[in-house]
Amino acid sequence: MTAEEKTLDIWVAGTEEPEFSPTDEGEQEFSDSESEDRLADQYGRVIDDDYVFDDEVADDERMVVNMGPQHPSTHGVLRLQLEMEGEVIRRTKPIIGYLHTGMEKTAEQLTFSQGPTNVTRMDYLAPLHGELAYSLAVERLLDVEVPPRAAAIRILMTELNRVSSHLVALATNGMDIGALSMMIYGFRERESILAFFEKTTGLRMNHNFIRPGGVAADLPPGWKDDVSAILKDMPERMEQYDDLLRNNPIWLARTEGVGVITAEEATAYSITGPALRATGVDWDIRKAFPYSGIDQYEFDVPVGENGDVYDRYRVRVEEMHESLKIVEQVMDSMPKGDYRVGDRKITPPPRARIDESMEALIHHFKLFTEGFKVPAGETYVAVESPRGELGCYLVSDGNATPYRMHTRAPSFYNLQALPIAMGDSLVADTIATIASMDPVMGDVDR
Amino acid sequence: MATTPPGNLLMTTVDKAASWARTRSMFPATFGLACCAIEMMATGAAHYDLARFGMEVFRASPRQADLMIVAGRVSQKMAPVLRQVYDQMPDPKWVISMGACASSGGMFNNYALVQGVDQIVPVDIYVPGCPPGPQSLMHGILSLHDKIMSGEVAS
Repeated sequence: MTAEEKTLDIWVAGTEEPEFSPTDEGEQEFSDSESEDRLADQYGRVIDDDYVFDDEVADDERMVVNMGPQHPSTHGVLRLQLEMEGEVIRRTKPIIGYLHTGMEKTAEQLTFSQGPTNVTRMDYLAPLHGELAYSLAVERLLDVEVPPRAAAIRILMTELNRVSSHLVALATNGMDIGALSMMIYGFRERESILAFFEKTTGLRMNHNFIRPGGVAADLPPGWKDDVSAILKDMPERMEQYDDLLRNNPIWLARTEGVGVITAEEATAYSITGPALRATGVDWDIRKAFPYSGIDQYEFDVPVGENGDVYDRYRVRVEEMHESLKIVEQVMDSMPKGDYRVGDRKITPPPRARIDESMEALIHHFKLFTEGFKVPAGETYVAVESPRGELGCYLVSDGNATPYRMHTRAPSFYNLQALPIAMGDSLVADTIATIASMDPVMGDVDR
Repeated sequence: MATTPPGNLLMTTVDKAASWARTRSMFPATFGLACCAIEMMATGAAHYDLARFGMEVFRASPRQADLMIVAGRVSQKMAPVLRQVYDQMPDPKWVISMGACASSGGMFNNYALVQGVDQIVPVDIYVPGCPPGPQSLMHGILSLHDKIMSGEVAS
């Protein structure tokens, strides 16, 4: 392969002459064919999220309240500017970037095998999903297929991760609205899942467990007992949450009809995950674009109706039941075999082989010094994270590090819907709405 | 007049009494930034129960807090906010830098992150880990208690 063949046809901004002539600043010409009606015909109804103030309201009734970035209920470092008339929010401006870590740039300096270390720290409540999306993208570029056992372990871990993430969502949602017991319960059950994660991956969070070519280690001895214990305990515990929240009049009053997003708005804003399904749209990446053989397991996609805070809470609870169903099926049908691909150019050799074989030593050294090279190309792979479509867009120019890595972070898109969800609502409902969208700021800002 | 006071009386110094009071009701500010914040919440929740050390009350307002746990990576955009929150806290106050990112920038040596929160605020305890488990954080907190009790850090 010559150097010329390796170059990719990647457009770089500013390298070409613009085809259009710049018009006067602020002036844009619209032809009749681009009228709002026509646009609506092409793209669906134009959603207007900006509020024009009512002139009749007295000036002293209007104020701008700044919320965050240091606020206990913003789920990290989200900052909101709320324009209010009295108690009613008229306009919301989310301001993000307080947790911008430059991870997409860092990804360009890390080799493909080091990459999961980076992406796992993006959505830190669903670290395994980030690793899975990245690994699937690398594997697609490499054109390798992981063994069935590796795929099954991936599904087992990510679905357990979904449960633990939703538990935190429930816990913080409860705490924000005043159901403090839910905080205690949510974190209690999460610990049992984290204990299994720690046993399997060595860490409670930021596992770096799912790697290109398989997973880092096989499941530990006695894993079936641990998973069975989780499967046995969880339904019982979730009944307790239902007792606490489901028909609790205070909970209902704080959540029903609050922060409503319609299906039309949700699709217009690219909202995915429980927030989309709560509006009644039956859309799940696991069903639409199955990954890691998740289509061989039976599960339903719970949907809501009203798209309010309560429906989002219900969808999450139902999803936890479905995830446990998947976990049970994976546990019962766990295939035997290797937990990573046999290709020694991708997978490091077992430790014992390094002492016996010169080849193995060389492979090990090469893999951990310069990493494996990935054929030039670009790809996009999405998985269903607890927050929605978590996608990884990966461009390789044939080297051992990505040319570009971009993550489609579901929290970022879901956060855009805050202004429409919170329009004309009371300031006290702000917190309930934010919590129900379950944004993870590490996912938003990266 | 007796030279030693009679009956049920404990003798101490003002410094020791003050240190004792400070360590037994140390209120952390809610200052969660990233992954470490989740572990900080886990530390306060049921399983690890920070209430055993009299500090389960995470104060939402920095004006009521005397310990700042910098839990997570500090971006350049967040740095001035962090300093302001620190300035708003009343004396005596302490800072725990939780995790690799807060302590040194961690694995993110790039344009976006402050390479160590000690460039912005004085740090009393560094807790290693990525993220540090609740036990590590508690060990950090108890080490800070020891430092205060021994008079190593007054305020």
